[in-house]
Amino acid sequence: MAAETTEILDSTSVQRALTRIAHEILEHNKGTENLVLVGIRTGGDYLAAQLQQKIAEIEGVKVPLGTIDITMYRDDLGTRNDLAMGQTDIRFPLGDRRVVLVDDVLFTGRTIRAAMDALIDLGRPRNIQLAILIDRGHRELPIRPDYIGRNLPTARDEQIEVEFDLQHVPVGVSLLK
Amino acid sequence: MNFQHRHVLGIKQFNAEELNFILDTAESFKEINTRNIKKVPTLRGKTIINLFFEASTRTRTSFEIAGKRLSADTVNISGSSSSVVKGETLEDTARNIESMNPDIIVMRHSASGSCNYLAERLKCSVVNAGDGTHEHPSQALLDAFTIRQHKGKIAGLKVAIIGDITHSRVVRSNINCLNKLGADVVIYGPKTMLSPGMEKLGCRVAANLSDALKDADVVMMLRIQLERQGKSLIPSLREYSRYFGLNETNLKLAKPDAIVMHPGPMNRGVEISTAVADGPQNVILDQVENGVAVRMALLYLAAGGEKMIED
Repeated sequence: MAAETTEILDSTSVQRALTRIAHEILEHNKGTENLVLVGIRTGGDYLAAQLQQKIAEIEGVKVPLGTIDITMYRDDLGTRNDLAMGQTDIRFPLGDRRVVLVDDVLFTGRTIRAAMDALIDLGRPRNIQLAILIDRGHRELPIRPDYIGRNLPTARDEQIEVEFDLQHVPVGVSLLK
Repeated sequence: MNFQHRHVLGIKQFNAEELNFILDTAESFKEINTRNIKKVPTLRGKTIINLFFEASTRTRTSFEIAGKRLSADTVNISGSSSSVVKGETLEDTARNIESMNPDIIVMRHSASGSCNYLAERLKCSVVNAGDGTHEHPSQALLDAFTIRQHKGKIAGLKVAIIGDITHSRVVRSNINCLNKLGADVVIYGPKTMLSPGMEKLGCRVAANLSDALKDADVVMMLRIQLERQGKSLIPSLREYSRYFGLNETNLKLAKPDAIVMHPGPMNRGVEISTAVADGPQNVILDQVENGVAVRMALLYLAAGGEKMIED
């Protein structure tokens, strides 16, 4: 168990970061045309829902929202203990969409690699962008986020925890040493 | 949860939590079967050998499709075309196949316990696709999955299983599975096909067909095995159909929203009338559809559970 917990972001800071990301997504894509959000389970799907709401507040458009589970695309079967699998729920065609993939923490990049493979099996998006609340470094693959809530240099053995309340609203981010 | 089974030999080895975990995993895989591109890389590089010493269309195809949709390489061997007809023993056949380093052997065999026998002797995972009159775990799980899909739950439901109880591996696995998941199982069939002591498996033996069907939430009809002992144990098919067959009239004894199931292949007009088999309450093709997702889950869990035990 972690001996020391440090709060990195409180709920207000998380909300501010998400609001900024929502603006950046709209600026970069010049609006909401063909824009869809896909959150990676679990954590990213809650943040994607927050972004959907913020984009609706800014532009008055509710962009399509999906969730993706990457368990089937992981490269570590047989080395991990947890075999539990969630469900992918994307009820719109991905062809020619601008997909913003959303996750809470970016670490090695392996999750994102798996998520991109999973997305491409479902259709051919025009492009895939990546929105991340915390980028903690230590990439093992050439993956770079387009929208970042906070850059946070960490040691490999530290842990980042994004906490959500029962309504799946983020309440804070902590560093566990 | 920690799923630690490298073999799937029967329902007996799983507790309720593990059974629900398998069903939940199957739920995730079900979505793939509705996609345009029905393939995920989960078992890429794994080799699965389907070793079928008994005839099978549904189960073998279902396991083969399940393996292929998970990107495993699947090879089919059927009894009639294998070296078994040349006199090789099961163990020798299996050891020879094992030398080619498969990750999973899916086996159907006419001898009860043959899968357990192999599992003790082989390094790879063994998945039981039906062994004699012993177990048929993937069928029981796809039945449970289908019940859950239509009823939203399993606990507290009355499930009537009717037909050749003695010679059915499906019924043994089903009683065990449904019991662990909290259903109330009632069985019924001709005396010649209902061995004494079945209630010890955790079910009630009905007094007559009406008793079995009354207020049932699920009616599961079993196949009379015409190619085997079926014919010698009953006076005639007409008589069987009259006293033990499901038709539109006696189905009314069950709850109005009861579902009708059959593991296939059906003998229309014998254990089930065509009107019922094609009627609004039948979920028989849903069973077949769900079979692929359930088998994907079993292959995935067997492949994933394997390494953990070695570690």
